[in-house]
Amino acid sequence: MGQTFAQKILAKAGGHDSVAVGQIVTVKPAHLLTHDNTAAIIGKIGDELDTYGVIRPDLSIIVLDHVTPAANEKTATGHKNIREFVAKHKIEHFYDIGEGICHQVVVERGLARPGMIIVGSDSHTCSYGAVGVFSTGIDRTEAASLMLTGETWLKVPPTIRVTLRGRFRPGVGAKDLILRIIGDISADGAGYQAVEFHGDIGNLSVAERFTIANMGIEMGAKIAAFPVDAKAEAYLEQAGVSRDGYEPVWADGDAEYVRELEYDLDALEPVIAKPHTVDNVCPVGEVVGTEINQCLLGTCTNGRLNDLHEATAILKGKRISPKVRLLVLPASRAVYEAATADGTLLALSKAGATILPPGCGPCLGAHQGVLAPGEACLSTANRNFKGRMGCKEAEIYLGSPATVAASALHGKITDPRDRS
Amino acid sequence: MNIWHYGNDINTDMLFPGKYTYTCSTPDEIRPHLLEDLDPTFADGVQSGDVILAGKNFGCGSSREQPALGLRSVGVAAVVAVGFARIFYRAAINQGLLLIECPDAVAAYKDGDTVELDVDNARIIIGGKAFSFPTLPPEILAIREAGGLLAYTRKRLAKG
Repeated sequence: MGQTFAQKILAKAGGHDSVAVGQIVTVKPAHLLTHDNTAAIIGKIGDELDTYGVIRPDLSIIVLDHVTPAANEKTATGHKNIREFVAKHKIEHFYDIGEGICHQVVVERGLARPGMIIVGSDSHTCSYGAVGVFSTGIDRTEAASLMLTGETWLKVPPTIRVTLRGRFRPGVGAKDLILRIIGDISADGAGYQAVEFHGDIGNLSVAERFTIANMGIEMGAKIAAFPVDAKAEAYLEQAGVSRDGYEPVWADGDAEYVRELEYDLDALEPVIAKPHTVDNVCPVGEVVGTEINQCLLGTCTNGRLNDLHEATAILKGKRISPKVRLLVLPASRAVYEAATADGTLLALSKAGATILPPGCGPCLGAHQGVLAPGEACLSTANRNFKGRMGCKEAEIYLGSPATVAASALHGKITDPRDRS
Repeated sequence: MNIWHYGNDINTDMLFPGKYTYTCSTPDEIRPHLLEDLDPTFADGVQSGDVILAGKNFGCGSSREQPALGLRSVGVAAVVAVGFARIFYRAAINQGLLLIECPDAVAAYKDGDTVELDVDNARIIIGGKAFSFPTLPPEILAIREAGGLLAYTRKRLAKG
């Protein structure tokens, strides 16, 4: 019997010929991602760091992105402690405020390479499955232990195989696909499991794969992975990763799956995740006309250049509704610069958008666009939980960049295919 | 002993709001905000030895260990659920918090039932009826039994 992507990666990492589903494997991840929470992580192990130091200065990738620039004395102190730690322990991969959202930075800077195992103290670490990485979220304490020992354990997951056919029609995109899948299988439909994407993968850009892999955790998945094809190789090449710098891994043709799903991309329509769970998904038509007070375009799910372009195609030369605030956060400095150079940010600003610095912004409710009681937000983010954007009496709807842009024009949820 | 009974998909934002994640990390800082957006009576009412009962996918959402650390530090004896989200599951092991995955026990519970834990025999007794629950593999159990991952790692490092 063949092996899945997860089995192959974990077998190799554990020094086994093959591994069975359910087996516990000890692994030494290529990288450990942490962000603003690095301050709390190193705070747990101050004495041990003094005694033993970090296991490898090239293990950690630290990106300040969650509350940046610092919002108050406490977050500022956290950032300061992290910078001092980075200098003292000669951490090789450190990105200070303004470089972007950690997941975008990891992929864009070529730190995520096919076949690697990467763990991170952030649930959306699963994003790097877009380029064939086995990447998954852990908690702060495990990150602290990894800094000292460089190893942890993983249980070999069963795998769901999702086959994609065709290509997206105008106004429909990767966000609609992944929300549709989550709506179909539920918020724990892939709990403790891996998800592999097969089929007409070549019809999806790497950025679109990123959006899909990013939301794997919203169906409970341990990982969400794509095969490495010519498009992925080209993406990695421009990220500074040459083809001889990695060994792609992919499932055998006769691997065993716990569940198989198939989606016809041509048949998809724009969808919305309604408050307060990501699997509360409906066709956009069901909620068209719902009044919104704020729109958010950005985050690790949909803050890339293609996402900003998609929104700009709808907003350019127009003006958003006076009833709505449109917040735009490019996912990284590179995205910010590209969107500056090609006039995208100017067009969005002229349409009435407020441009915020690269980072997580209001997604987690700590700053930069917190909602008031009774308000509703339509966001390209990945979570609509109660209280997520800082107020438990606010409502959050999730949709694609096109849906957010079209809705910002009208101040209410709008089908992006309706360009009237 | 209080039984705190909740539903499906209790996410980490409900267990500990995201707006506090970079300003609260010690047990004393965490406690007043535990379950703040889910059950405002919990933080003041919870007592050592209490048990939480919940549905599927408990702890889904963000990687946020404050709920696991907070529930353990206020003395919650166990969270019994139909299922757990995986990052929270690991966080609980790493904090030494007992999670019991036992759909039958959750289904059997009725308001007012007594709940008794028999961890040594991997059983939970609900209203007098016993249910077995799966135990952790020995190498993972060792982490929880050491009092959590950092205690476990410290021991390993000290051995060299």
